[in-house]
Amino acid sequence: MAMSKRKRAQAVRGGQYALLVVVAVVLAVVADWQNIGRAFFNLDVARAQFPEIISTALVNTVTYTVLGFGFGLVLGLILALMRMSSVPPYRWLASIYIEFFRGVPALLVFIAFGFGVPIAFQVRFDIYSTVMLALGLVGAAYMAETIRAGIQAVPKGQVEAARSLGMSQARAMVTVVIPQAFRIILPPLTNELILLTKDSSLIYLLGLATSEYELAKFGRAALNEHQSMTPILIAGLCYLIITIPLSFLSRWLERRTAGGKKVSAPEATGLEVKA
Amino acid sequence: MSETVVEIIGLQKAFGPLHVLRGIDLEVRRGEVVCVIGPSGSGKSTLLRCVNLLEQPTGGRVAVGGVELTDPDVDIDAARRRIGMVFQQFNLFSHLTVLDNLTIAQRKVLRRGKAEAEEVARRNLARVGLAEKADAMPAQLSGGQQQRVAIARSLAMDPELMLFDEPTSALDPELVGDVLGVMRTLAEAGMTMLVVTHEMQFAREVADRVLFMDGGVVVEQGPPERVIAAPQHERTRAFLSRVLDPTHQGPNVPAT
Repeated sequence: MAMSKRKRAQAVRGGQYALLVVVAVVLAVVADWQNIGRAFFNLDVARAQFPEIISTALVNTVTYTVLGFGFGLVLGLILALMRMSSVPPYRWLASIYIEFFRGVPALLVFIAFGFGVPIAFQVRFDIYSTVMLALGLVGAAYMAETIRAGIQAVPKGQVEAARSLGMSQARAMVTVVIPQAFRIILPPLTNELILLTKDSSLIYLLGLATSEYELAKFGRAALNEHQSMTPILIAGLCYLIITIPLSFLSRWLERRTAGGKKVSAPEATGLEVKA
Repeated sequence: MSETVVEIIGLQKAFGPLHVLRGIDLEVRRGEVVCVIGPSGSGKSTLLRCVNLLEQPTGGRVAVGGVELTDPDVDIDAARRRIGMVFQQFNLFSHLTVLDNLTIAQRKVLRRGKAEAEEVARRNLARVGLAEKADAMPAQLSGGQQQRVAIARSLAMDPELMLFDEPTSALDPELVGDVLGVMRTLAEAGMTMLVVTHEMQFAREVADRVLFMDGGVVVEQGPPERVIAAPQHERTRAFLSRVLDPTHQGPNVPAT
């Protein structure tokens, strides 16, 4: 029996839906819903997490992330400028820094920062400074490369126009190139912020007091206390409350940038113009 | 009257093994309009870019307004303030409004106050016929409007010399006229201008002198009625016949 191409495609798609339904049914029948419910969806345990999981843990996660991101952005900008410097030692330093902090796990950096640095340098930061430095040092390595790409994506003609108006190299960088570069890299920078939000869960390694718990540490403490996975689930949902809007923001920014490019097409093609 | 604004002596420029300028001598006097024509790759844009040192010459001297730009110790930023430059691709600052495009260098470089800078900006926007576009973003303007804004941006710095690097080459044909009109008005107002262009009609009507460049040298120069209408050199004739009669169907001599 010969089937047309369209009919065959329909049959295949129907088969896929059927398979999905079978898997779902089997899972529903086989799974021990009572146990799963006890482990993940214990309402009493869930209620016990509020309001602290919001007022302490969520707030702390956001605070730590913002601090780390802010410091990382500033340091990343400095590193990016050093990478493109005409002074070779600056370039080397920046390259070494970026390769090192991108290449080692953030986990190790935090351990080193939590235990090594206080002993080695005889300093004791408060928790916010420590988090800002630890998260920022790691984040800066990634952001430096993003920022450098953004700066290099600004058409050369922009700098030439600025220099022709009598601006110095530095002045042109600050007033013309960097503002445009940040517009270009806003979407990848938002992704960086999402990654950092999740990386902030690693700072429990620094040793935290109860009032300093962020979401992941808070969830684990509650897990031990109640012998239930429910707090972990709630903590996970709290992360999504932060990250999903950010990822929508990132996609919206990307669309906006793409749309803007279309409008200024003559500007965008100004890259390789030279008679 | 015949004060020298631009003085170029023995200008050389090489990009690696590529010798683009092979000894250019050029003098432009105050109020003079000089058009540079020639085939692509002849070095005319490079010559222009050497005048405000966007390209660093490999040899020779460039002086503008008595200041030698090729002196390694010159304050190049200060020298460039007095030289306006208009690019083929406009190069408006795409993140700023039209008004801010005109005020930013006035404020950051010339240290003019906000009110004065805006007053100068609006006066120059009116000069290029775009007073009502002050609050627009560059991307909202047509190519011709963007180029007129770019001219106004340079004028706002009160330059004593304006450089134009193929200002109409990136424009749709119907927008070329507006930009050339602004340039013509500027020339009539006595601005000293050095213009690299393919617009022979403009060169013929507005230029005081036309330079024909080929292979990195000035092949011939003189008043437009001689260089364009009655070229002496074979290379000039060949170029002009290609430009003025692109399909090679007419007689092998430029018309008029």
